[in-house]
Formats: sequence, C-alpha cells, structure tokens
Amino acid sequence: MTIAEERSELAHEPEAGGQHGPTGIYKWLTSTDHKVIGKNYMYTSLVFLMIAGAMAMIIRAQLVQPDGHIVSQQMYNELFTIHGSMMLYLFAGPFAFGGFANFILPLQIGAPDMAFPRLNALSYWLYLTGGTTMLMGFFVNGGAAAFGWVSYAPLSSYTNSPGPGPDLWIVAIILTGFSGIFTAVNLVTTAFYLRAPGMTMFRMPIFTWNMVVTGILILIAFPILTAAMVMLYADRHLGTHFFTVAGGGSPVMWQNLFWFFGHPEVYILALPYFGIASEIFPVFAKKPIFGYKGLVFATLAIAGLSTGVWAHHMYTTGTVLLPFFAALSLLIAVPTGIKVFTWIGTLWGGNLQFRVPLLFALGFLVTFTMGGFSGVMLASPPFDFAVHDTYFVVAHFHQVLAGTAIFAGFAGFYYWYPKLTGRMMREGLGKLQFWIAFIAFNMTFIPQYLAGLRGMPRRIPVYLVSDHVTFLNQVSSVGAFLTGFSFLIWLLNVWISWRRPIPAGDNPWDGHTLEWATSSPPPHHNFTSLPPIRSQRPVWDKNHPEYADYTTDHDGTPKKEVEPQ
Amino acid sequence: MKVEYRVYLGIGIFVLIVTVVYFFWAKEYGGAMMLFGTAGLGLLPALYLGWWKRRMDPRPEDVEEATVAENRGAVGAFPDHTIFPFVLGIGAFLTALSLVFGAWTAVIGLALIVFAATSATLESRRGGTV
Repeated sequence: MTIAEERSELAHEPEAGGQHGPTGIYKWLTSTDHKVIGKNYMYTSLVFLMIAGAMAMIIRAQLVQPDGHIVSQQMYNELFTIHGSMMLYLFAGPFAFGGFANFILPLQIGAPDMAFPRLNALSYWLYLTGGTTMLMGFFVNGGAAAFGWVSYAPLSSYTNSPGPGPDLWIVAIILTGFSGIFTAVNLVTTAFYLRAPGMTMFRMPIFTWNMVVTGILILIAFPILTAAMVMLYADRHLGTHFFTVAGGGSPVMWQNLFWFFGHPEVYILALPYFGIASEIFPVFAKKPIFGYKGLVFATLAIAGLSTGVWAHHMYTTGTVLLPFFAALSLLIAVPTGIKVFTWIGTLWGGNLQFRVPLLFALGFLVTFTMGGFSGVMLASPPFDFAVHDTYFVVAHFHQVLAGTAIFAGFAGFYYWYPKLTGRMMREGLGKLQFWIAFIAFNMTFIPQYLAGLRGMPRRIPVYLVSDHVTFLNQVSSVGAFLTGFSFLIWLLNVWISWRRPIPAGDNPWDGHTLEWATSSPPPHHNFTSLPPIRSQRPVWDKNHPEYADYTTDHDGTPKKEVEPQ
Repeated sequence: MKVEYRVYLGIGIFVLIVTVVYFFWAKEYGGAMMLFGTAGLGLLPALYLGWWKRRMDPRPEDVEEATVAENRGAVGAFPDHTIFPFVLGIGAFLTALSLVFGAWTAVIGLALIVFAATSATLESRRGGTV
C-alpha cells in the first residue's frame, strides 16, 4: 500500500534525495524539511565540538607542567567556562535532540515531517545565533565569561564579572534555551500526533521513546534556566537583588534554580544517546531488543527521579536535606541498572557483528558504566564532602557525559550516515578511530579520578610539584591529545567518503526500524510506501518474514504481535 | 491517546508525591515551589490528553491492527521552504543583543520580527509554499 495513495499532498513529489525546491545556500536558509534542519544541527554542533575540543587541548597543555604558562590565568578561566558551556549547551544536547532526533524521529514513526516545520527552522536559527553569541565574548572588551558553565552567584555578579562578555553568555543561554524548548515541543507533538497507522506508542523505536521523554524533560527544565538567566541579568544591570546578600537576596537560590535545570539537563544530554545505543545493539546482535517495556519504563523512571535530585550538587552548601537527596540520587541507579542489564541481555547470545557502530556503542557502554559507578559514589554525602570540587568530579562527569555523547554520538553518526548521505564510511578508518579514541579517552579521565582523590581542585591553572599530581596530569594530557587526534581520523573518513563515495543502499545494516524502509537519503516527505507495522521492527518483519515478530493468518495476512524470543 | 495521557499523568503524580514529601520533610519553600510547578507541567497536559481520550475514537496510530490505508486523506500541511523563520531568528538575535550593546539593535530586530511574523502568517493564509 503506497503512501501516495492516501496522502494527496505526497502524490506529486517526484524528487528524491532532498533535491526538492531551492538548492545551495538558499536551501540552507529557507528549508523547513526536518532532514535538512537535522543535518544543519548536526554539522553545526560538530563544528562547536571541534572548537570546544580545541579549547580542551589548550587547557590540558596548560596542565602538563605544574606551573604552566601556555595561557594567562584569566584566559584559562574563560577557556574552561566556554569549553564547558559549548560542550553542554551547544554540542551534546543539540547534536542529539536537534540533529539525530530531527532527522530520524519522523522517519522512525512513518511521518512526512515534524509537526511544526517553521518552528523547527526557527529553533535552528536561534541555536546558531545563540552559539555565535557565546563565541562573540572572546572578541569584546574584558573577554568572554569566566565564571564556569554553572555561573555561580556571586561570582557572576557585575562586580565580580564586569564587562559585556558575561552578558553575551547570558544572552546565548537564553537564545539556545528557547531553541531547545521549541525543539522539545516539536518532538513531543510529532511523536504523539504524526505516527503512521499501527505504530502504537509501545511499537515506537526506543530512540523515539527516549526523545519523547527528553522532550518532556526539556519542557520541565529549560524554562527554569531561562527564568534564572533573566534574574541574573536583572541583578547585574537593573538593580535587583535576587542573588546578592547585601540586598536581601540569596546566592544559594541561584544554585537551587540552576541545578533544578542542571540535573534534568544531565539526562536531557544522556537519554538521546541511550536511545541511539538501544537502536544499534539489536541490529548488530541480530536480535530484538531485550526487555523493551523495561527500557521504556526505566527511561520514564529516570526522568521522574531526575526532577528530585537537584541538590546533590549542593551537599557542601550545608543548606540541603541530605537524606532526601541522597536517597533519590541513589534510586536513579536502579532504572539505570535496568538499562545496562537490558543492553547486555540484547547482546547476550546474539550473532554479534563488530562493525564500527557496535564498537562505538560498546565503548559508550563501558565508559558510561564506569562513570555511573563513580556517580553512585558521589551520591553518598560523606564521600561527596571529601571530593567535592576536585578532579574526581571532573573525571566522573566527563566519563558520563562526554563519554556518552562522543562514543554513542559517533556510534549514531556511523550508523545513520548511510541514511543521511546515501554513502558508507570506511570501516578500517572507523575502527582505527574507535580504538584510539577509546584508549585515549580513558587514559585522559582515569588519572583524573586519582588526581581528585589526591585533592587536586578543579578549575585551577597551576599546581605544585609537592601535590604529587604532575605525572597523572601528564598522562591525562597525552590522552587528551590522542583523543583530539582520533577526531582528525574521523574528519579524514568523512572527507574520503565525500570524495570517493561508496553507495550505501537503502538498508546497509539490515536495520529493523522504519527509517530503513525508505531510500538513502530519503525523498521529500520521506516515504513513497510503508510496510505493514505489526511489531516493534516492521522492516525486519518485511525482510525476514520467516522470523517476523507477528503471527499470520493462513493467507499470510499479519495478525498479532508475538513476544520476541 | 491512552498511553500519551498516562505518561504525563504518571510524571505529574510522581512529582506531586515528591513535592508533598519534600515540603513536609525539608520545610524549604523554594524547592517545593519548583517541584509543585513541575507537577503541574505533568498534570496539565495529562488533563488535556485525558479530556480528548474520552471524547474521540482510537486513532489509526493507536490501533495495533490498523493498516496504512486507514490514514487516508491529507496528514497535514507541511510548508516546504520559507525565508521567514530565518528572518524571525535574526530578528530575535538582534533584539536579544540589545541587552548587551544597547537599544539600537532592538530597533532593527523588532522590525524584522514584526515583518517575519506578519509575512509568515499571510503566507500560511495563502497556503504558503506547501
């Protein structure tokens, strides 16, 4: 049954491969096609990743020697602030919920586009201008913001952080915040209202489920951040005293507001990548996902719990109810453990094909689990009091967030690149990139755990020889440089794929979900026909009827879904 | 629509319970207010979706046995290409920059916003570039 028969507006769309309408820069400026916007998000966020990564290289170069002089102390502060801000606000989130979700989610549910295409385009422009605004800080008098990505009061007050740089940072966060909110509205509405017939909520791919939950979390968290930024700006310029003690305000209130956004933000960044891994494991294990509903409910549980744990970042302020926040924080380990269990269950006994996407997804699983364990340790107040604001925390959140975004992000990029472009990446270069990145990444951050346990504070540009952290920092810096080198291999791979393309075909991985039922790249409005949707993996059912996840009548008509074995 | 409703309802009820526990245990009003607002963000959409769930038949996407043919007719109007989101975005960017560089950028920015919003609305009324 072709889609053109029942969708009149799709019947006159002969162009394939995204060649509909304008081309070149005018296409980039005017397109409301989710695929074009998704690619725009992806490529822009990868540029931001490269810039933030270059800043990380400078930071690590500074720390190679105890008394480093690569950059001034003021510049060091600006670099770690903008590095963290770019990685969290401009790369990890937008790469997933702006890039992958925009491109993949409508395809996975059989929709012709996102629910609000114009709003989708506006989201991208707010994101791009927000990112540009943040970088403009380096070119104004006084330099960029230098108070860390958390912008704690009173350090972020006008007295302590004067000049236009911090204001540009605030404006950047407001612009990207609105961009995120609009994208979330689009994602949730699209998944709720534009699914193809038969694509019930419990047949949606796990990636799509995770994007729905991420969207809900964004709608909960981002407005609070935007409101807090407006209050901070008012304190800096309009004479209010929300966060200044002298005027009767409370600096700790800033921390409450920020982390009420900040902790759900951790899951806003992580859940999309969990979704990517959940797509890749079953395809490369040739099995259905193990414990589908368990994964969905674990995702919902993580989302619910994440709203009640914000103050575990504030244990040492002495103003928070430790047992409450410790208990809820430790509880998050339960649904997260369920997720890890189901991923292992999916791989267990599977016919594993160690292609590049699976390697990166396994790299994610290892680094995320390692970082997750140190997170459980930090949820315990006595331990947190000992290592708060040390490199232990830096190592923890880099393993959890950067490890997730980089390994699962590249897994997704290698997995869906054929769908994006119709071309394959080179397998050998991909594997070389993975092994260098995996070894180098852990070489970077495992020594930082040890440096933190030896008491090295975060955000310092110099340290003493007598601190006994010189060797650990040197190992960490070499690891960071090698991680940066692995990105160059990826760029080379993209360049070769661009110059000497290997055609991918529609379904090079024998994928399970609907995006593999259309051409690569997909035509305008995505589908010319849809297979029957009778299970969680309709494309697998169509291509392997002998192993389909549903029973059929004697004449072969799809009848009822069966529980996967 | 049932599952969508329950997702929001579940989040709303869970956060409401956390709010009550936190309020009486921590006796801290700022966090309790944020939690209460979050519970509302779960319960309000749940009310909307629940209201519609009772008043409409299951949609083809809610029915396990539905066939693709059951979605006969236009799915929706999807604009193809339009310059106005870009103009609106640049307008918002310039307006926001006025917080740093002074009101003059807002004059240009607000003009672009009004122009883009008006033009996009008229474009939609004409049927746009669908």
